[in-house]
Amino acid sequence: MKIIACIKQVPDSEAKVKAEGGKVSWGDAPLVINPFDEYTVEGALQQKEATSGTVTALCIGPESAKEALKHALAMGADEAILVSDPALGEIDTVGAARILAAAINKISGVDMVVFGRQTLDNGAGLTPAQTARVLGWPMLGLAGQIKVQDGSATVDRVIEEGRQTVSAKLPAVVSVVQSIGEPRYPSFMGIRKASKATIPVWSLSDLGASASTAAVTRTELMNPPARETTVEIITGDSPAEIADKLADKILAEKVL
Amino acid sequence: MKTFVYIDHFKGEVQPASWEALGLGKTLGAVSAVVFGSKVDEIVKSAFEYGADEVFVADDAALTDYRAESYASTLAALASSQNPDLILFPTTARTRELAAMSAVDLNTGVLVDATSVEINGDKVIVTRPIYEGKLFEKVTCSGKPQLITLRGRAFPKPTQEEGHTGTVTKVEAKTDALTTVEGYAQTEVGVSLGDAGVIVSGGRGVSNNPSLQPPAGLDDKQAEMWRAQQGFKLVGELASVLGGAVGASRAAVDAGYIPYSNQVGQTGKVVAPDLYIACGISGAIQHLAGIRAAKTVVAINKDADAPIFKVARYGVVGDLFVIVPALTEAFKKKLGK
Repeated sequence: MKIIACIKQVPDSEAKVKAEGGKVSWGDAPLVINPFDEYTVEGALQQKEATSGTVTALCIGPESAKEALKHALAMGADEAILVSDPALGEIDTVGAARILAAAINKISGVDMVVFGRQTLDNGAGLTPAQTARVLGWPMLGLAGQIKVQDGSATVDRVIEEGRQTVSAKLPAVVSVVQSIGEPRYPSFMGIRKASKATIPVWSLSDLGASASTAAVTRTELMNPPARETTVEIITGDSPAEIADKLADKILAEKVL
Repeated sequence: MKTFVYIDHFKGEVQPASWEALGLGKTLGAVSAVVFGSKVDEIVKSAFEYGADEVFVADDAALTDYRAESYASTLAALASSQNPDLILFPTTARTRELAAMSAVDLNTGVLVDATSVEINGDKVIVTRPIYEGKLFEKVTCSGKPQLITLRGRAFPKPTQEEGHTGTVTKVEAKTDALTTVEGYAQTEVGVSLGDAGVIVSGGRGVSNNPSLQPPAGLDDKQAEMWRAQQGFKLVGELASVLGGAVGASRAAVDAGYIPYSNQVGQTGKVVAPDLYIACGISGAIQHLAGIRAAKTVVAINKDADAPIFKVARYGVVGDLFVIVPALTEAFKKKLGK
């Protein structure tokens, strides 16, 4: 089975992200593979192993995003492709979906496209379903488990109300959640292979695509309002006394 | 502004933020509700009572289970014929997909997770959290209709007006679904984090009760899990007496103490309860960003220097295994339970 793992590069989640001069600043924190996309690669590799397939990691981003693709290679992906073009700086999720779909069509013969549930930066979680829509393929969203048999994929869809079992014919787009399993660590051999890998870079003209004008645009970027609170530490001679005082304080806040 | 509100439901249970969306729509002018499914008369009735003037209904056996493709095609066809300025949705697993796909069909965009909405001429400007709530952005959409999903509990729920009714307009269901729903298992019963007014959360510290003696025959890992279960039982009892939901820190989820669907903060959920009680949670930066919208935060932790106390209104420096059950008892008495 030919599997594509769509990933993104984002600032590390430990970074102190701030708004500075209308731009997002993450100081000297490193750029890393989107944490949700470690599960993307893990899910794709599980299917590669189950079906003797191949995994291609696919990413839209600047040249530096090759580092995120190398992480996917080190985990066990067979190849990686970067889509990079100056015109892609200002696309929205529909624009990204159209570009990813063009790249997936160019790769051709793809059976399954795997996404993470969302990225850590924008966090809208729209691109997987939009890519499926552009491709005209079924969307199996929020999969905690994937099984492929006889040209169909069946997933355990994890939603607030519980778990649904949903199936579709391949090719299909799947987005995975953390229940798919802990992402494997890159192996020593994997890291060596990734460091030597040549990652092809496709431009928009390679894809025969153009960047669509973004419908969604940002007008302002803000730091969250500072939380104006001073903690009042509740003390007492016994746990029961502390609990009693604390319960009264909470009741006085009228939040129950 | 001509506004449509999509009423999201699962097996007939309406996602409460759907009514919040209807309430917001009402403040912008004439509002129509959109209901898809099979045998949805009760939902249509409620939509009128929560303020809809008109309800567009696609009631068809083919729409019994939500499936992204057929729901998106039905919605996009309705929007193309009715030409609304705005379609509001509650933010749920289903509406993210539905709005995402409809935006492709209608060549427009989606503004996800709105925490506030302002009108500027014919444009709607939405404020939404990004970077796990570490930043906020204002965004607008140049396409029409503008699709907006609202964060739960960010907008007031309108009052239900018994007997209020209006026009029902039937909509043709599209049947181009590409997936099959084979089964469903309810994994946990309880209040969901997104809708919860009260959340009691446990951290890694819940497995550290020194006074507990695990049953014989468990290895170290099993003993740790057993201890964690006992700890989360205390957290769950407090949540239960307050009618709240159980949350967890990433550390507790990573350690396997509780499913990730309970996780608050990074790679989990951003929540907005009126009361958030953190038990044995030190307060990693992502966790603090995830609970920023909580009105009152209470922290119980044995480490007085834990960052969670910096965002808390009330704190107890002490042993959660003693304080949490005492607090449960205190609330039982005071709330008459």
